[in-house]
Amino acid sequence: MPRVGLMVTCLNDTLFPDTGKAVVTLLRRLGVDVGFPAAQTCCGQPMVNTGYFDEATPLVRNHLDAFAGYDAVIAPSGSCAGSVRHQHGLVAERSGDPGLVRAVADAPPVYELSEYLIDVLGTVDVGAYFPHRVTYHPTCHSLRMLGVGDRPTRLLTAVRGLTLLDLPGATECCGFGGTFAVKNAETSIAMGNDKARHVRETGAEVLVAGDNSCLMHVGGLLSRQRSGLRVMHLAEVLAQTEPVISDAGRAADRRSVGSAGVSA
Amino acid sequence: MSGTFLGTPAFPTAARTALGDSQLRRNLAHATGTIRTKRAGVVGEVDEWEQLRLAGAAIKERVLRHLPDYLEQLERSLTAAGATVHWARDAAEANAIVVGIAQRHGTDEVVKVKSMATQEIELNEALEAAGIHAWETDLAELIVQLGDDLPSHILVPAIHRNRAEIREIFLREMGRAGKAAPEDLTDEPKQLAAAARAHLREKFLRAKVAVSGANFAVAETGTLTVVESEGNGRMCLTLPEVLVSVVGIEKVLPTFEDLDVMLQLLPRSSTGERMNPYTSTWTGVTPGDGPQEVHVVLLDNGRTDVLADPTGRQALRCIRCSACLNVCPVYERTGGHAYGSVYPGPIGAILTPQLRGVGSDPQTDSLPYASSLCGACFEVCPVRIDIPEVLVHLRGEVVDAHKKASRLPSVQDVAMKAASWTLSSAARTERAARAAGFGGKLAARVARRDPGGRTVLGAVPGPAGAWSDSRDVPVPAEESFRSWWERTDGGRSRTSDSDSDGGRS
Repeated sequence: MPRVGLMVTCLNDTLFPDTGKAVVTLLRRLGVDVGFPAAQTCCGQPMVNTGYFDEATPLVRNHLDAFAGYDAVIAPSGSCAGSVRHQHGLVAERSGDPGLVRAVADAPPVYELSEYLIDVLGTVDVGAYFPHRVTYHPTCHSLRMLGVGDRPTRLLTAVRGLTLLDLPGATECCGFGGTFAVKNAETSIAMGNDKARHVRETGAEVLVAGDNSCLMHVGGLLSRQRSGLRVMHLAEVLAQTEPVISDAGRAADRRSVGSAGVSA
Repeated sequence: MSGTFLGTPAFPTAARTALGDSQLRRNLAHATGTIRTKRAGVVGEVDEWEQLRLAGAAIKERVLRHLPDYLEQLERSLTAAGATVHWARDAAEANAIVVGIAQRHGTDEVVKVKSMATQEIELNEALEAAGIHAWETDLAELIVQLGDDLPSHILVPAIHRNRAEIREIFLREMGRAGKAAPEDLTDEPKQLAAAARAHLREKFLRAKVAVSGANFAVAETGTLTVVESEGNGRMCLTLPEVLVSVVGIEKVLPTFEDLDVMLQLLPRSSTGERMNPYTSTWTGVTPGDGPQEVHVVLLDNGRTDVLADPTGRQALRCIRCSACLNVCPVYERTGGHAYGSVYPGPIGAILTPQLRGVGSDPQTDSLPYASSLCGACFEVCPVRIDIPEVLVHLRGEVVDAHKKASRLPSVQDVAMKAASWTLSSAARTERAARAAGFGGKLAARVARRDPGGRTVLGAVPGPAGAWSDSRDVPVPAEESFRSWWERTDGGRSRTSDSDSDGGRS
């Protein structure tokens, strides 16, 4: 049995713990005993993307230490998985420490959730049930940095009861961009509003994506606009197995994650 | 064009102009959308597109690795073909050479082929200062020049203008610069083009000296190439007696065969055409045919500095197709002027800071941050420049330059250091998360719920204001994931979960 470590990401840890719980529920249901190395913190992407390579270096070291001994790492985030896969090497090179460069090269592979489910487990139908109209936003880093392609939509299509609606202009960036969302707030919001408009055009009840950072941005706009739309992480949709009472959302948030999470 | 980009504010401020101008936003969205669709169509029909991209990138990489050799070979080939080669370290040297040639021929005007290199060195301004009119003959450049405007796009410098605005500019300005526009001019593209044609024709037939750039310069043969759509370039390259071409040193190609790859990549990426209407090649002087005096000015102007950076040098592979601008969601909303350079959009965001150097000018230093790092530019780049990678690298250069200048650490420096210190230890992170959770508990009292049952805050004061002006703010969960994992043994223990619902329901 390979040892698989959940890299929950710092954003999910603090703001969206339900996403982490959903990953645990989902993987246990599929027979994967996922571990959570408590030494993990943040992959360093916020520092790297703001230009603070020196400040990212200890976080890269910490990530390597935390996941040493695991065979694979799973992250419910295209952007953090992309950061580990593509940026840790750059940080190591800039640090000038050949030991760190080697350690990054030898680190266990990191998978974004949909990659792990389809490429490693070979599972498209994860046994989920979610009777709602859904539209999916492919986040830029999962789409272009990782190249996850249609894996997330294949997973969603296999969910019982779920209606997947096409999102116009799906592949265009929502405007979050990490540091960009604050440094260039007005441009970021202009991009986000266009994305929110496209989401509303679909008539979906739920916007799904594989990155809570982008959902925080688009969801923050949708919520401010009192659109009545919900945003959910892909993991949370895939973790659902019970019919949810569909009185406009509230009850739907009684996720099966906490309690159902024990049924291994 | 009398205006320059000097004094452009930092990107976030400069972007406001276009963001607040709905007409401009519509012009840009329409134009870039049209070109995007055309490009996707003609690229999609080439089965081996990715192999072509790899070949294009490899050719340019080889050039950059052996640049001195190829440049010297180019000089030998050009000289043997009867051209005069000049070397210019910077804009001032290049301008002096071109002005000197024009003065030697006693002319008070030159006709110009569209050229990014001459825009970069502000040659027109240098010529005007010497009393020599530089007439742009490319339709979009003409619109920019007549409108006393600045270019906002590499391929279509007047992309920010619509037909009605162009008609007005023509009616108002053409008469002052030469043949006036017909008084009954409409905003039909055909009519606008006819007016430009009549206006330019007398200049083509009159001019003694032409100035061009070059898309490619073949070292093996000494052949220069200009790729265009309108034929104005062909007029400039064949009618005048004297031709001066200002060529960036990175434009060199090893062999004539390399044009095979480049002339497939460029038009499809640039205008979305299988082949552009006019491809002109000339090799020095051909007796009795075309210009009998041919000059080539090889321009550095910061390019060797770019070459010195192993990560950043890939920007020199650029063939100025503008595909990255047309797919960029930032460019589409801010327009080109916000970038404060003749090179706007994603390529400008990595080329301009490298040509100018970082760490001394806030406007230049803001450019690497003018991107959400979405990667659409890399996806379409015909020579596979990994623009996001270079952007992140340059952000590092900006930060390091500011640290080295040993000024007081900025607010951002302090925040990043603190975050790095906290996040490099799980214990410190947990303490911070608990504090955030406590904050979340407090915030939850004044918060409301979004439709997903998540607790959110509306507009908040202070540094979060940039976020919360238009976006609700998620409130930290009362129990972090790591605390939940610890308390419930990863959900295995049958602890009631009702008291740890992530602060959502």
